Amino acid sequence: MSEDDERQQSPPSDLDFVSTKARNCNATGSGSAYPDQVLNNVLENVLHFLTSKRDRNAASLVCKSWYRVEALTRSELLIGNCYAVSPARVTARFARVRALHLKGKPRFADFNLMPPDWGAHFNPWALAMAKAYPWLEKVHLKRMSVTDDDLVTLAELFLGFKELSLVCCDGFGTGGLAIFVNKCRQLKVLDLIDSEVTDDDTDWISCFPEGESHLESLIFDCVECHVNFEALERLVARSPSLKKLRLNRYVSIEQLYRLMIRAPQLTHLGTGSFSPSEIAGQGDQEPDYVNAFAACKSLVCLSGFREIIPDYLPAIYPVCANLTSLNFSYANITAEQLKPIISKCHKLEVFWVLDSICDEGLQAVAVTCKELRELRVFPVDAREDSDGLVSDVGLRAISEGCRKLQSILYFCQQMTNAAVIAMSKNCPDLVVFRLCIMGRRRADHVTGEPMDDGFGAIVMNCKKLTRLAVSGLLTDKAFDYIGRHGKLIRTLSVAFAGDSDIGLKYVLEGCPQLQKLEIRDSPFGDAALRSGLHHYYNMRFLWMSSCSLTRHGCQEIAHAMPHLVVEVIRSADEEEMDTAAEILYMYRSLEGPRTDVPKFVTIL
Amino acid sequence: MAFEKDFNLDVTELRLGLPGTSEESEKQASTTLRISNKRAMPDMNEDSSVAADKKCDQETAPPTKAQVVGWPPIRSYRKNSLQTKKTEAETCGMYVKVSMDGAPYLRKIDLKMYKGYPELLKALEEMFKFKVGKYSEREGYNGSEFVPTYEDKDGDLMLVGDVPWEMFINSCKRLRIMKGSEARGLGCVV
Repeated sequence: MSEDDERQQSPPSDLDFVSTKARNCNATGSGSAYPDQVLNNVLENVLHFLTSKRDRNAASLVCKSWYRVEALTRSELLIGNCYAVSPARVTARFARVRALHLKGKPRFADFNLMPPDWGAHFNPWALAMAKAYPWLEKVHLKRMSVTDDDLVTLAELFLGFKELSLVCCDGFGTGGLAIFVNKCRQLKVLDLIDSEVTDDDTDWISCFPEGESHLESLIFDCVECHVNFEALERLVARSPSLKKLRLNRYVSIEQLYRLMIRAPQLTHLGTGSFSPSEIAGQGDQEPDYVNAFAACKSLVCLSGFREIIPDYLPAIYPVCANLTSLNFSYANITAEQLKPIISKCHKLEVFWVLDSICDEGLQAVAVTCKELRELRVFPVDAREDSDGLVSDVGLRAISEGCRKLQSILYFCQQMTNAAVIAMSKNCPDLVVFRLCIMGRRRADHVTGEPMDDGFGAIVMNCKKLTRLAVSGLLTDKAFDYIGRHGKLIRTLSVAFAGDSDIGLKYVLEGCPQLQKLEIRDSPFGDAALRSGLHHYYNMRFLWMSSCSLTRHGCQEIAHAMPHLVVEVIRSADEEEMDTAAEILYMYRSLEGPRTDVPKFVTIL
Repeated sequence: MAFEKDFNLDVTELRLGLPGTSEESEKQASTTLRISNKRAMPDMNEDSSVAADKKCDQETAPPTKAQVVGWPPIRSYRKNSLQTKKTEAETCGMYVKVSMDGAPYLRKIDLKMYKGYPELLKALEEMFKFKVGKYSEREGYNGSEFVPTYEDKDGDLMLVGDVPWEMFINSCKRLRIMKGSEARGLGCVV
């Protein structure tokens, strides 16, 4: 009896069972109008967290009951906030889960705005899943705390475990990895992305079992410790299905060569350091790097270059014409060094780069990369007062050359409204617009005006925009524009912006699709917070730090909305009775206050 | 209550949008004035208006630009990756010994201080009071008694200028300024 057979059934009895259960849950509610709404919203979003556009379109075409039944038989579970629903509730409701996607901490935790050990522990989920879904194959975690024990649980209690993906996670080390890779005999995917991995001095690469491996993807570029290269080479040699390999910076270019000639079938490659090892005397002959790249005829995604010696860049010429994704965001290269590469990358759709290429480098990108969909420009020197290497000039050039642009993240020191307005007109397909002017509250450097009009043009002209991050000098007018025109915005990031409560009011009253709102260091207070009461149950979360909130104001919200968890987080050394609410993090939840609260968090 | 908040301001620099530091451009100063007019309007929230008064007082003494936590919003992993490279580059230095045939003692220079061969050779010329002559790939250094050479990682004696600069500074172990008469065989014409 296979899983597939069960999945094809669409028993109406399932639906009745669930409706009854839902009604029973509501019976203990407070009696206000909101609990039903919350239950529906949360569960539907828990069931319905779709990532692909096609799936979204399909879902919007079906009627509500068909939609629910389909969701009940779903084998892939996507939970956008691990505290919105408990493992117990999930395992009680869904019987046939094969894949779990779970997200924990809010994004601002990445920037040290939240004290460590706040929560988002994978452990209770691991244990609950082990009991309820022993056939679970795939776990994808983002911003969760994962321990070595959790890795052992995954390896020992899930017999056919195939895919583990940890993005921005922490709490585990090479010791846990070693046990995990050793016991997961069916492992296809191990992706460690932007995660913090403790160096337990364990040679985890050697722990992969002998014999042919099923590995299709091995990503460990964030692991900051030496790897046993001979073991890695043997592993790659016995992994015929390996398509994605992203090495860490401890792999030299000579070692990269040896791996590449064993795996010419790779589609995604992270090159490691891309510089020679310190050890001299490898012989006068340098390996034929160009040939190695030429042999990789399927390579479409290239990254790495963690400690690049630019002299070796020409080696990648043979693959440029096929590349759809190129990540140079750790490569401190100049425009001159970029040009011969980028001029060959006609098919490039995703490009991540450092601002070391300057406006001139961006102009070169604009000339060739007509298919560009996503651009991210990171700063070499991430400080407020560093020299600006890219500016409005580069932004305008990109907007003129790359008309199909959908997503942009741009760090700079100075910007003009005119350039932003130009981008809003030239790139109407923009879905994500994130501009970070690193100097706080910096005005248009030509006119001296606030950046209101630029962002206003973006929300007005980019009709598909769902994600926006603002910066620079902004008055309440900017938020008025956002509230008026940003009707599809789901994620909004605000820092050091606005004049008064009215700014936040505009957004909370004007943006019906708002799901995630993160604000720091802006003058919004309790009155502004109140203006969002009608909408908070529709949101994944609200984050406000270093604003003008008080505990009293937050308390009011907590009283008004019983299904909202209102956390006031303070830095470790602050007194509990402080009247200001330094960090507010609130989110809808079916479970009420969580039980794993650390000392510095108060749930109102 | 508002006073308590002030003590945290060094870290969070909670302000109502008035840039007041000396590093900002003059244009921004004029913007500041424009914004101030707006801020005179009554505010809905009592807290922020009280805070606003405090801000106006503070504008006369702009705080120093301390680095704010979590700004710009770059993940620590990325910041550290680029930072280590920078600090390694800045603090370690790449000191190599420089000897000159006939000179009584050696010197030491930091290769990281130079952007390329022209600067390096100029510095050597000034240090040892000599001229290198003109470099060509075929003939080495033409028109001088002295030739700049170096010992690489493999222990071989090489002519300065043959390999790209980056490769040179990574492989150079020490420099030696040879007398032309000894340099025959390295393609140098005296």
